[in-house]
Amino acid sequence: MSHDSTSTEDKLIRMANQIATFFESQPEQERIDGVAGHINKFWEPRMRRQFFELVDNGAKGFHPLVLNAAQRIRRPAPAQAGHG
Amino acid sequence: MSLIHEIDYGTPASTAETMVTLTIDGRDISVPSGTSIMRASMEAGIQVPKLCATDMVDAFGSCRLCLVEIEGRNGTPASCTTPVAPGMVVHTQTGRLKDIRRGVMELYISDHPLDCLTCAANGDCELQDMAGAVGLRDVRYGYEGDNHVRARNNGDINAKWMPKDESNPYFTYDPAKCIVCSRCVRACEEVQGTFALTIEGRGFGSRVSPGMHEHFIESECVSCGACVQACPTATLTEKSVIEIGQPEHSLVTTCAYCGVGCSFKAEMRGEELVRMVPWKDGKANRGHSCVKGRFAYGYSMHKDRILNPMIREKISDPWREVTWEEAYAHVASEFRRLQYQYGRDAVGGITSSRCTNEETYLVQKLVRAGFGNNNVDTCARVCHSPTGYGLGQAFGTSAGTQDFDSVEHSDVVVVIGANPTDGHPVFGSRLKKRLRQGAKLIVIDPRRTDLVKSPHVEAAYHLALKPGTNVAMMTALAHVIVTEGLADEQFIRERCDWSEFEDWAGFVAEERHSPEAVETLTGVPAHLVRGAARLFATGGNGAIYYGLGVTEHSQGSTTVMAIANLAMVTGNIGRPGVGVNPLRGQNNVQGSCDMGSFPHELPGYRHVADDATREIFEKMWGVTLSSEPGLRINNMLDAAVDGTFKGLYIQGEDILQSDPDTRHVAAGLAAMECVVVQDLFLNETANYAHVFLPGSTFLEKDGTFTNAERRINRVRKVMTPKNGYADWEVTQNLAQAMGLAWNYAHPSEIMDEIAATTPSFALVSYDYLDRMGSVQWPCNEKTPQGSPIMHIDGFVRGKGKFIRTEYVATDERTGARFPLLLTTGRILSQYNVGAQTRRTDNVVWHEEDRLEVHPHDAELRGIRDGDWVRLASRSGDTTLRALITDRVAPGVVYTTFHHPTTQANVITTDFSDWATNCPEYKVTAVQISPSNGPSEWQVEYDEQARRSRRIAGKLEAAE
Repeated sequence: MSHDSTSTEDKLIRMANQIATFFESQPEQERIDGVAGHINKFWEPRMRRQFFELVDNGAKGFHPLVLNAAQRIRRPAPAQAGHG
Repeated sequence: MSLIHEIDYGTPASTAETMVTLTIDGRDISVPSGTSIMRASMEAGIQVPKLCATDMVDAFGSCRLCLVEIEGRNGTPASCTTPVAPGMVVHTQTGRLKDIRRGVMELYISDHPLDCLTCAANGDCELQDMAGAVGLRDVRYGYEGDNHVRARNNGDINAKWMPKDESNPYFTYDPAKCIVCSRCVRACEEVQGTFALTIEGRGFGSRVSPGMHEHFIESECVSCGACVQACPTATLTEKSVIEIGQPEHSLVTTCAYCGVGCSFKAEMRGEELVRMVPWKDGKANRGHSCVKGRFAYGYSMHKDRILNPMIREKISDPWREVTWEEAYAHVASEFRRLQYQYGRDAVGGITSSRCTNEETYLVQKLVRAGFGNNNVDTCARVCHSPTGYGLGQAFGTSAGTQDFDSVEHSDVVVVIGANPTDGHPVFGSRLKKRLRQGAKLIVIDPRRTDLVKSPHVEAAYHLALKPGTNVAMMTALAHVIVTEGLADEQFIRERCDWSEFEDWAGFVAEERHSPEAVETLTGVPAHLVRGAARLFATGGNGAIYYGLGVTEHSQGSTTVMAIANLAMVTGNIGRPGVGVNPLRGQNNVQGSCDMGSFPHELPGYRHVADDATREIFEKMWGVTLSSEPGLRINNMLDAAVDGTFKGLYIQGEDILQSDPDTRHVAAGLAAMECVVVQDLFLNETANYAHVFLPGSTFLEKDGTFTNAERRINRVRKVMTPKNGYADWEVTQNLAQAMGLAWNYAHPSEIMDEIAATTPSFALVSYDYLDRMGSVQWPCNEKTPQGSPIMHIDGFVRGKGKFIRTEYVATDERTGARFPLLLTTGRILSQYNVGAQTRRTDNVVWHEEDRLEVHPHDAELRGIRDGDWVRLASRSGDTTLRALITDRVAPGVVYTTFHHPTTQANVITTDFSDWATNCPEYKVTAVQISPSNGPSEWQVEYDEQARRSRRIAGKLEAAE
């Protein structure tokens, strides 16, 4: 049977949306900082880099709260390139 | 070094506070009231002869050997059943007593074999000791009369004789040597709580009987070993003692199975382990054990152990044995190459929750100081990471609030998503003991676990909810408590943030959270939820115990918060008998989290972005540390598939078998260029490894494990590592090969570094642990004795935080294609992925994983008990045999995952907890259908695994 594989981008969107879904239920003043704080705290730079690539290119499927929080998510330094 | 002899006081200690003074054989002694004369005597150093008494069970008064004379009282009362009284004057040795005791011993010995020299208990036999103690010189009755000793009496068949029962793989029962003291029967009842043993017959015909005159293996016996420990003769004896002989020295160490962390005496003869005996002073287990810790250590000497380092270029090549130096140099140059070629963040490590704190600390240090990134994670990712997050948010610490002794003070116990009698058996026994004393039980679990109803234990409420609806259930319980005015307002005002409470109370009070409203989600009748909530809120000390059935969901962290809310709203925090108690899975998963195994945290749960914390370690290690969080295990695998993550050092974890969505894990591993596995065996992950570094067992090294109650226990080396090196040495040598100037001579020096850098461990050292036995962190200037109960006068974070917990249905939903919900769990005799227990005789209890199916679902699909069934989800499919049972509800199927061939994780999906990415193992939409045998994937997998385990120049290893 075929394996319904999910791309890393799709997973990032889903993870961000899950975080937003939790904070959406919290008191209003905590929502945006909640989402941004959580992603800042737990997402490795390349994940945030991928996240911003998606946001900056207007990727579809993000929860509105994620997009509202995006400004407060730290933009990581550009990827440290390898020599390969 | 010599054998540790524990004093047997004959009867359990009294917990009374009033002291009573009496005179025994001319010596004055003060003991707590309620103490038996026997125990008081032993405390005064006078050993009254005894056979049926032992301090692990209550006094019984049957052997008539422990008689004493009391001035002013008639007769010769038994010292075990007679409590002390003020001013009592006791004589333990008089002419009359001597005569009676000798007479009793004559009767015992007249029906006992006289094969002392060849008996396995020789040197450890209480009957022999008592014969000596009472001065037995002659048996006037002779040995020819009615007896249980000989198969034939003068050629005639002796109907009273019974052959030895050797059915249990670990111990034998020889009825010919039994003195019917009932110690085994009482140990099974009082300590283990299984009630598998009884005395059948009466008078001279009395015999110990497992079940209804069955063999041990066919009875309800769970092989915990309590009866063997209790037996004063060779009637119940470890087979290892029969084979090897009596041990000559012992060391106290800590079990390497589950998160209970039982203390054992490893009893040795030279470097040969004779047996593991639970240590009475062990504060987690109080002298009890389960079949795994007590008996299932044979894996450590198993022929499958790999003892030489190996490397290979491609995973399709056979392994090539190399020297340690070659292996270290290869890993160092490969990791250097990968970082040069793909960037500093292209490599990482996984610490082991099976290894010691010291070893875990070194692996995260290697990643942070050596690799220069924070790409380190541990198996807690897939089990209790939501506990760390949820409790950290609510209370301010990422750990349980109590010690295990606390359960002795509980009045109402909630067990949610945990099956302690299988998963945490020794705690399960301690809980059952409290329940038999009258504490009430609420079980929240989709499946009817043994706790719901077993001998002398019955749950007041079993809320058999639909998998995935924990948050709805917990919020509904809170709804009842808040709306019916059952909240502990005084506690909340004193300890918690009142405005957050008000916000939360308003939220849970909404009608949509009422038991009636959520009934359609959870499937649990509302009146049961209301009853359970009222019981918990009003029943006295309320304690919540939970396991992976809480955390391994897409809302795992939310459920943990809901549990914290429930404890706070009822004021059940900060004293014995209450609290929030995560039952941690692996022996050192608490410790591996404490030691900074998470990619966002340095040791002591301090975020990598915290400058002050980084500075402490930067100074100590002489490096600059990254302030950015690293990748979690699943993120590493995603990045590997994407081509940005290339090298992984895995110490003691089998991610291919234990992590969800096997195909994705395999794809991630296959995409890496250097996978280093350090383990005892060629585990499943090693199928995808390029370097194999042999690991060592807990018997072969010094260190510490931290159990579920935050208890730091010593692990002591009792034998030389078969592979040559303890795991901490391997990591250190690897670090040195990578150019790091590490030079630890002993794990105690690593602990000193941990204590110097981590405030909650400030006072911990090996000397201190040797002195204290064990301590529970925080252990520092403020709490030098450690902290059995946390949050006593206030929460670590200041005010307790109530957090709204909105139920969100998981995306994993049943539908026409996959109409059933699969949930997973454990069984007593096997442990986790089975790497250890499958290599012991424990396989006699569970040789394969079975799929539990409700009769209704089975009939609908034409599946009979024992049939092969195909189990399919959107991730993949596998086959296993069905077990038809109504323990699961219609619509729910259940399996364990102890055998690699089952491939249960081919089925599980990539959904995970919103906060921590802890996988959603506990809910997968599946379909089942009759099948002829293994799936294509299983066949392919087996073939790949077989090829992958080839070692050049050696015959193929068979498992």
